[in-house]
Amino acid sequence: MKNIIFLLLLLFQTSTLLFAQEQANDSLVPKNLNEVIVIGKKSQLYQKQLKPLATIDEYLQQSGKVEMIKRGGYAWEPMINSMATERTLITIDGMRIFGACTDKMDPITSYVEVSNLSEATIISGQQGGNHGSTIGGAIDLKRNRSGFESPGWDTSLNIGYETNANQKILGTAINYVGQSFYIDTDFMHRDAGNYTAGNNQEVMFSQFTKFNFSATSGFKFTENKLVEASIIYDKAIDVGYPALPMDVSLAKALITSLKYEYVPQDSSIKNWETKVYYNTITHRMDDTKRPSVPIHMDMPGWSDTYGFYSKAKGIFENHHFVADLNSFYNRSVAEMTMYPTDPNESLMFMYTWPDVRTLYNGIFLEDNIVLKKHSSLKFTASIANQFNEVASELGLESLQIFYPDMEKSKNRLLKSVSSNFLRNHNGFEYGFGLAYGERAPSVSEAYGFYLFNSFDRYDYIGNPGLKNEKSAEANVSLSYATNKKSARISASYFHISDYIVGKPDATLSPMTIGGSGVKIYTALDYAIIFNADLNLQYAISSQLKWKGQLVYSYGKDNKKENLPFISPLRYSTALNYNTQHFSSEISVQGNAVQSQYNPFYGEDRTAEYAILNLASSYSFHVDSSKWNLRAGVENILDTYYSTFSDWNNIPRMGRNFFLNVTISY
Amino acid sequence: MKYLRIITLVVLSVFASCSSEVDVPSANELDGLTKIQEITNDTHTIELFSATGTLEQGHNAISLRIKSKSTNDYVKNAAITWSPLMNMTSMQHASPYSGVVKTAAKESLYNGYIVFQMAENDMEHWTLTINYTIDGVAYSANSQIRVPASAKRRVISFTGTDGKKYVMALIDPVTPKVALNDISVAVFRMESMMLFPVVDNFKVKIDPRMPSMGNHSSPNNVDLLQSASDELYHGKLSLTMTGYWKINLQLLNASNEVLKGETITDDVKASSIYFEIEF
Repeated sequence: MKNIIFLLLLLFQTSTLLFAQEQANDSLVPKNLNEVIVIGKKSQLYQKQLKPLATIDEYLQQSGKVEMIKRGGYAWEPMINSMATERTLITIDGMRIFGACTDKMDPITSYVEVSNLSEATIISGQQGGNHGSTIGGAIDLKRNRSGFESPGWDTSLNIGYETNANQKILGTAINYVGQSFYIDTDFMHRDAGNYTAGNNQEVMFSQFTKFNFSATSGFKFTENKLVEASIIYDKAIDVGYPALPMDVSLAKALITSLKYEYVPQDSSIKNWETKVYYNTITHRMDDTKRPSVPIHMDMPGWSDTYGFYSKAKGIFENHHFVADLNSFYNRSVAEMTMYPTDPNESLMFMYTWPDVRTLYNGIFLEDNIVLKKHSSLKFTASIANQFNEVASELGLESLQIFYPDMEKSKNRLLKSVSSNFLRNHNGFEYGFGLAYGERAPSVSEAYGFYLFNSFDRYDYIGNPGLKNEKSAEANVSLSYATNKKSARISASYFHISDYIVGKPDATLSPMTIGGSGVKIYTALDYAIIFNADLNLQYAISSQLKWKGQLVYSYGKDNKKENLPFISPLRYSTALNYNTQHFSSEISVQGNAVQSQYNPFYGEDRTAEYAILNLASSYSFHVDSSKWNLRAGVENILDTYYSTFSDWNNIPRMGRNFFLNVTISY
Repeated sequence: MKYLRIITLVVLSVFASCSSEVDVPSANELDGLTKIQEITNDTHTIELFSATGTLEQGHNAISLRIKSKSTNDYVKNAAITWSPLMNMTSMQHASPYSGVVKTAAKESLYNGYIVFQMAENDMEHWTLTINYTIDGVAYSANSQIRVPASAKRRVISFTGTDGKKYVMALIDPVTPKVALNDISVAVFRMESMMLFPVVDNFKVKIDPRMPSMGNHSSPNNVDLLQSASDELYHGKLSLTMTGYWKINLQLLNASNEVLKGETITDDVKASSIYFEIEF
């Protein structure tokens, strides 16, 4: 019933606005409300990060829509609009990739490096449904590619050092652009020891070592046809997760793709891109370095994905449209083998992900209509079919212990619609939108078997019979900008029906030694999530700029209980000084006290904190080479703190001096 | 094409049967069975079979067939009983066993089960006597059989709170799986040294545990109740992973009184009666 009302509202909104539509003017380009974080793109100095060799996690964290769940110094899990991996969609150049860790220790962002990427596009809510179904939104990480802009060789060397954790960073990038051919390669190596929290407290098992190699090569066989192949090989070893009972001995990804791009001339189709891709991930959890474990165990996981998409963008009169056909096939397997103290006893084995196959076929349509001069109306709609199958007989029979009537396979239909109106006039811009979307349960939520969550200390059992989660969403944004100042406020409200959470079943005995019990994934009637962020910028002079950000989040379930990982009020403010060769920034970043927590999910009250950072950058030429030095101090006051999203309250890094050097030829 | 294959198979099997020394009644007569040993008398050879080709302490499903020494033919119309006997240094006793019946869909095979509640040792051993009647003529054969100890506990004998002695044997699962397994158990009362009748209308409660995993238990187990058809006790046993499982037991009589066995709690890690499964 609710859905029907909602759809009616949507239709109403559509019709009124369509009537208001006037003469077409296709010279105008409709605006999108996406947030773009520039990472490695060749850009102006002031746009550049003051710490270019920061991790992707640190880059993404700048967005008001993104928060990070941290289990240590590495591989933070991004949340969009206060929603974590299951409810969001993270892609690399439109490619679907699924982590191979049952404990979410390997978000997709952990398999790429800043040097691979040019930017990250953050799309809130259903408008991010381009590459699959989502509730909270999407992040598309865009690969670095030279294109055919500046011919010749382009070489650069990146060197970085950070005192806290003794992190050493070494990277190279070699790019060549020819007449009809280009190749970009880059390599990055990071090696970090344990970091130290404020007050000189060493956080044991927070070390990591990571290699990343990537190459992209394009060949233009006519002026408007391009073939591009790309590969990323990423390998992390000896990664500590201080907040978890296990570390990772290996997290390895091979991500490959082949793209064909066609730019038709004299056609309403402006760009047509088709890509096939394959990626494979191996993840091995390891507890052999921990001083005392109740029982030694191996927990490897594998995830292979084969995918395809074909996306056409076009303009017809005042319609800017996108049609995207996309499919993927994923195989997720994870096992657990436990070694009894008595070596004569048989090993204890189970599938924690029972070789789950997912076949997804979807179509996404978008029409962005330019209305009059200053406004646009955007519609998106998508429909997808998701087929799941448990391929392992052993795994299926394991789950049938809990669900005797469970079928081997299940089919789901996922739908999404959104409409957004945007008006831009005299420096004012305002927009609002309504949307509805669905998502299927994740592999863990549907098929997980005794997955231990060290946050609430429960073992989780998947539930293949879960309904699709459904989200009704409303968003508004308002901004005002002049040359000197800009202010922008945006807010999203999500009403999520059949909200998936784990519910304790007191009759079940935990598998994990020392576990509090067993939770079965089930659904709450609904939950609501609200996020609002305010961004301010003011140019005091042409060289001095101030910016500030304030983010408010709210999340409750149908019984008015708090949802987990909802950020307390958070803020950041920075003063930035820029000249042609020199720039410097001083910034403060902090959170208010977390009073909206819920012990049911393992949360407790987190105190407020604020940290002070300082960074400077200087660039100069030595002969034909261009040097860029960036140095800074993070957490200058060496504050000991932990945030609402730090797993088991592990403390964050204390004072850290860093130096990044980039030399380009 | 299909017919060609079948014809080839038929021809092959004809050749195979011609070349073999004895008359094999049917190719699939012994499917899944391995010979344990033969027991002979003047007139017949009795062949004993089991799935593994051995016997062991606990419940044993045994098949047999009788071959006439004079004609080399297998007997198809015998009436058979058997009696196992333990020859201890100080005394003799029998064990629980079933009747011997003709195996369904087989020509010459007969089958039944014997529960050996103890294993042989250097000083003490089991003998098996087979009494059978063919066309009104009674015969008997007897031999020592080998019954080594089982690796895991599959049979238990104890005295209940009612003062009576009981024997319980685990029958299924023979090949346990990480799944909801069918479990079946036979329950006998020891009425005398020679008589172990099946007990009716009791209840067997189970609580599977993994001592190596902090005594982790599994969900959705179903306690065992007697089935009228085979007189055995049947239930459901869920095993959430491979490894060593202790199946803790409680035996309840028809009026739901516990005769033996304890409920598992944080303090009571195991029942005084249990079976073991390791896979």
